[in-house]
Amino acid sequence: MKAAAFDYEKPADVAAAVKLLSGAQGMGKVIAGGQSLGPMLNLRLAQPQLLVDVRGIAEMCAVTETPEALTIGACVTHARIEDGKLPDATRGLLPAVAADIAYRAVRNRGTLGGSLAHADPAADWVNTLALLDAVAILQGPAGRRELKVTEFMHGPFATALAEDELLVAVRIARLSKAARWGYYKFCRKTGEFAEAIGAMLVDPERKVCRAVVGATTSVPHVVADARAIAERFMPDEALKAVEAAGLGDDPYERQMHFAALKRAAARMHGGGS
Amino acid sequence: MSTRTITLQVNGKTVTAAVEPRLHLADFLRDRQLLTGTHIGCEHGVCGACTLEIDGAPARSCITYAATCDGASVRTIEDFDADPVMAELRAAFSAEHALQCGYCTPGMLATARDIVLRLPQADEARIRKELSGNLCRCTGYVGIVRAIKRVLAARKEKTHAA
Ligand SMILES: Cc1cc2nc3c(=O)[nH]c(=O)nc-3n(C[C@H](O)[C@H](O)[C@H](O)COP(=O)(O)OP(=O)(O)OC[C@H]3O[C@@H](n4cnc5c(N)ncnc54)[C@H](O)[C@@H]3O)c2cc1C
Ligand code: FES
Ligand code: FES
Repeated sequence: MKAAAFDYEKPADVAAAVKLLSGAQGMGKVIAGGQSLGPMLNLRLAQPQLLVDVRGIAEMCAVTETPEALTIGACVTHARIEDGKLPDATRGLLPAVAADIAYRAVRNRGTLGGSLAHADPAADWVNTLALLDAVAILQGPAGRRELKVTEFMHGPFATALAEDELLVAVRIARLSKAARWGYYKFCRKTGEFAEAIGAMLVDPERKVCRAVVGATTSVPHVVADARAIAERFMPDEALKAVEAAGLGDDPYERQMHFAALKRAAARMHGGGS
Repeated sequence: MSTRTITLQVNGKTVTAAVEPRLHLADFLRDRQLLTGTHIGCEHGVCGACTLEIDGAPARSCITYAATCDGASVRTIEDFDADPVMAELRAAFSAEHALQCGYCTPGMLATARDIVLRLPQADEARIRKELSGNLCRCTGYVGIVRAIKRVLAARKEKTHAA
């Protein structure tokens, strides 16, 4: 249960971090909160030669807002979001999701960017950011690029990040006052990763009506036009979404994901659990 | 692989040490600082036995590496003798039989203290949610929950009276 040996650097800016990663030629790894990487190092599932600690990079801890969007640095912790320390651009969605990630001791160190980069299909930010159609901002030796979170996610624990690329921040379009959302997850124990996640967002002013079937075996399944699930919950349409997410074969899995969607819809419409 | 020299506050004292980057904070405290009050259970963030305070907030010391704590202020259970909240919690843990073997207790107390200070209005359901990251193999949790409720109630009474 002890990590294999590695070197450690704590660069002061993004450019220096990218340089360190490039120099490590594939044997380097970013560490942010260490709340997913720490367990993997201790179990020796990951054995990098160099850890590049990005928590000291001011730009990656920053939060900026414009009338249209909120940009959240990758190193912003779950706890900071839970405590409402960010401007509320999502009508309470981000703090509500943050509060139910793991446990406070984990939330105090775990980061939004670390969670997204780790790309666990059952992770809360992975699915929430897909619901919000957020944009990931990456920086590597060739400069910056932006990708929708849905394009950033390639599969379970797989993303568009190159070995020497950093996730610098995530940009979320501001929801309108009329926006409503619902989020529901099934966990076997409080604070554990979800077995199934259902999420939906209706924002008529921005013509958004999306749903996510989350905690799949791969990337979040986004229903871009979810009127038949979100505006009015039509069971057949919800089941179709679960099946399209590749979760139709196992009756238990199918029912869990169906129920998660149903409860997310109920929450959005202000009823039930 | 090279070592790193770190300087941090441990229980109010400045400590400078050369550490291998792979050394986690719990091992650093137990083996190098001889502060064995921090317990180690799972070493992957799940059980909560190693929970202590870093820069004023609870954290898992098994998945936090000592090298990442350069400049940080760490408080272990040994540093809470004179802490008023911890004194109330200790008395309540005894009164409510909130421990048997005591293995989970340092982590439980770190979490309990955070609940008392951060969530003074917490009801039983909230206490149980907040405690879900600390496993206890002995007590069945009832005594632990009662102990925290007792401290919260006593503190509420005190603020009402004042
Ligand atoms: C007991 C326990 C329970 C948990 N339960 C939940 C849960 O219910 N829901 C949930 O969503 N999560 C859960 N988590 C995971 C937690 O949210 C982690 O904090 C998060 O997944 C990782 O964030 P981090 O900052 O700790 O990243 P790290 O562990 O530091 O890094 C994770 C991965 O991302 C890479 N990385 C990190 N930051 C960047 C970056 N800026 N650019 C490029 N790559 C980067 C690292 O190289 C590594 O591969 C749990 C964790 C624990 C220990
Ligand atoms: S030993 Fe750290 S959480 Fe179990
Ligand atoms: S008292 Fe023995 S594990 Fe909690």
